[in-house]
Amino acid sequence: MSTRTAPIVPVETREHYLNVDYGVKSWLLTTDHKRIAILYLASITLFFFVGGFFAVLIRLELLTPQGDLFQAETYNKLFTMHGVMMIFFFLIPSVPAVLGNFLVPMMIGARDLAFPRINLLSWYVYMIGATLTFAAVVAGGVDTGWTFYTPYSSTYSNGNVILAGVGIFITGFSSILTGLNFIVTIHKMRAPGLTWFRLPLFIWAHYATSIIMILGTPVIAITLVLLVLERGFHIGIFDPALGGDPVLFQHLFWFYSHPAVYIMILPGMGVISELISCFSRKYVFGYHFVAFSSLAIAVISFLVWGHHMFVSSQSVYAGMIFSILSFLVAVPSAIKVFNWTATLYKGSISYQAPMLYAFGFIGLFTIGGLTGMFLAAIGLDVHVHDTYFIVAHFHYIMVGGAVMAYLGGIHFWWPKMTGRMYPEGWARFSALVVFIGFHLTFFPQFILGYLGMPRRYHAYPEEFQVLNVMSSAGASILGVGYLIPMIYLIWSLKYGPIASANPWGATGLEWQTPSPPPTVNFTETPIVTEEPYHYSIREIKVV
Amino acid sequence: MFSSFPLFPEAASKVARQVDHLYFFLIAVTVFFSLLIGCLVIFFAIKYRRRSEVELPEPITGSIKLETLWTAVPLVLVMVMFVWGASVYFTISRPPDDAMQIYVVGKQWMWKLQHPGGQREINELHLALNRAVKLTMASEDVIHSFYVPAFRVKADVVPGRYTSTWFKPDKVGTYHLFCAEYCGTKHSGMIGQVIVMEPAQYQIWLSGGSSEGPLSARGEKLFQSLACNTCHRADGKGRGPVLAGIFGKPVSLQTGQKVIVDEAYIRESILNPTAKVVEGYQPVMPTFQGLISEEGLMQIIAYIQSLGLPGATINAQPGDSQPVTSERQGPRK
Repeated sequence: MSTRTAPIVPVETREHYLNVDYGVKSWLLTTDHKRIAILYLASITLFFFVGGFFAVLIRLELLTPQGDLFQAETYNKLFTMHGVMMIFFFLIPSVPAVLGNFLVPMMIGARDLAFPRINLLSWYVYMIGATLTFAAVVAGGVDTGWTFYTPYSSTYSNGNVILAGVGIFITGFSSILTGLNFIVTIHKMRAPGLTWFRLPLFIWAHYATSIIMILGTPVIAITLVLLVLERGFHIGIFDPALGGDPVLFQHLFWFYSHPAVYIMILPGMGVISELISCFSRKYVFGYHFVAFSSLAIAVISFLVWGHHMFVSSQSVYAGMIFSILSFLVAVPSAIKVFNWTATLYKGSISYQAPMLYAFGFIGLFTIGGLTGMFLAAIGLDVHVHDTYFIVAHFHYIMVGGAVMAYLGGIHFWWPKMTGRMYPEGWARFSALVVFIGFHLTFFPQFILGYLGMPRRYHAYPEEFQVLNVMSSAGASILGVGYLIPMIYLIWSLKYGPIASANPWGATGLEWQTPSPPPTVNFTETPIVTEEPYHYSIREIKVV
Repeated sequence: MFSSFPLFPEAASKVARQVDHLYFFLIAVTVFFSLLIGCLVIFFAIKYRRRSEVELPEPITGSIKLETLWTAVPLVLVMVMFVWGASVYFTISRPPDDAMQIYVVGKQWMWKLQHPGGQREINELHLALNRAVKLTMASEDVIHSFYVPAFRVKADVVPGRYTSTWFKPDKVGTYHLFCAEYCGTKHSGMIGQVIVMEPAQYQIWLSGGSSEGPLSARGEKLFQSLACNTCHRADGKGRGPVLAGIFGKPVSLQTGQKVIVDEAYIRESILNPTAKVVEGYQPVMPTFQGLISEEGLMQIIAYIQSLGLPGATINAQPGDSQPVTSERQGPRK
């Protein structure tokens, strides 16, 4: 890649995408992918803390075996809204809509995404969906669980299922639009010389994610439409009393929602590849294997949905097929972990905050991935299905994996996005606190799950209390771990040291332009002549 | 408050121990790979820490040998896990032939259980030691899931169909029964106990129950009160097929297909009679949807099942309130 750098002008005087216009209108009507990324960043942070607030209340209730802090109905609404907020309004948009939006054009040397106005539209669609879903919370909440299983959701629940369903339905389109934009951009707008195998792995991961977004999201949209029609007009798709099939809903729901897990984790894997290689100054070991494993995951992830239904009365042989396919999807993830580890070998490793997040990711994702084997092993899943084992497993993947990667990425590209450095010491400290708090919160849940504590229980037998108290205590540490970055990152916007164009000495086109970048990203179109991650070939200047 | 603090669940059946063995194997694999990755990351991170800002590490791009190794090893390992998991699952999904039939109805928010001898329980299930039990389950409203951690089995209870599971307790004790599928407001209150007793104690418990006779007798009463016997006559002259001895046997349908007369088929034929009409009969039977409860359906099934037994007639002798024995179940094929 080109190592040309633009002349450094002090951030206050140089015009860049942030200071080009301060008006509210200039933000709400912007078509600049970087500004839209910032809009997304603000929105999803809001929903992360809303979802987190629900989690705090859940953990408080579970301190005691009796359901004494909240009514059962309230508790059910809390875990439902925690799941809905975190999954649909934080995790799914997190890395793609914030980091992807900001970086996909910059990493490929483009001026913007292929469809800048569609990009803005996707944010508005997201906000409309989020507002409707949030309205459902304010109007009394939803108590179906984020999975909306029928016939409970379609017939028996008293919650605002229709409003929440419509909100999620609408938000889905923002995913589809973002995926579409990424695919077209990556195909058509790469800088001269930037061949497919010179693309950063972040781009490969986003390409794979976009495929899932485009192919999977319409299915959840259809499912939610059917659910809303069933609830509103009793059309008899899912309710057996009306001639429907409740298990059909689960098939449709998981056909999207299992691949959606990979919408959450694949972009995070892309982030980790960038971090590991930058902070060990090495090529990503086995670049092609890491790139193609993303595509393999995207394809196989569509064929494993039935592993959510091993005890749902699905046939024994269908269970077998879904079991073996679920095992197969684990192999490309294992390949990635081994390659990241091998990337460290004979590297020049520095322990800056983003790298600590990456180490944390490897640790948590490895455990999350391996405990997935317990669930793919069909005879064992029968026992742990719908227990806290599941809760622990998917939090290791989605919070341990996806959120660690997201935070690592936010730290890594924060200087590029804002032009400011954050306080390094606090950042390292918070990475450590999150890692420790995370284990304390979720590791006890594996034990609880194998003991047999079902998930979504408002009250539970007394012998489960000690582990639940441990989990709640850990959650308070984890919560602090998330609040610290929130504080110092906001602080850094005004008081942080001015960031240089390339504070980490990273390769990658996004570092070849000033921080924050000008609205046009690159004053001259970069020309790419090298493989990515050429750290060990020659020194890259920290500028 | 912290009087008991278990870290591992009791195992009260052979299947439970089989599941545990698989669990231990998976834990071993997990610990091995977590330690491997963890130690390598820490070791590399320390050994190859950056010593100078200008150092240039050796350019290494990859190794086909290593890639092959760490593709093949996980692949082989997961295939072992798959086969092991699948074989345990086969055991879980195949009840032994001599299993005693117990009928379970889940509804918001309780479990209703019926023993073949007519004993009925709510949120409690009494079982005899070393006696296999097969549950046939239905739901009156939403999806529930019957879960006994000590047996390591769980099966969703789905409205509109029968699901089943089985277990053979081999340890006396009282175990948790949970609803594992979220079913609404009092989901966490839909719990109960499974009480495994010595056979002698169990006999005492049985004799203390039911005054209404066995399940099949109750099914027979229902059969008559719904006037099923006006068409399903024993002499074969009715408008409906003779029911004696058909349970577990194949019958030919109008469409030329064959179906096995099992619980699901009988249930469907009562609620939606025209769906699968037996060859040679007219689709004249009205639906009984709304006229019969899930429990009533199970009683009628038990009755029809009892008609296949030697000595049973369409006018089965009432008063047969003997405790459950294996003959009650009859051979099921």
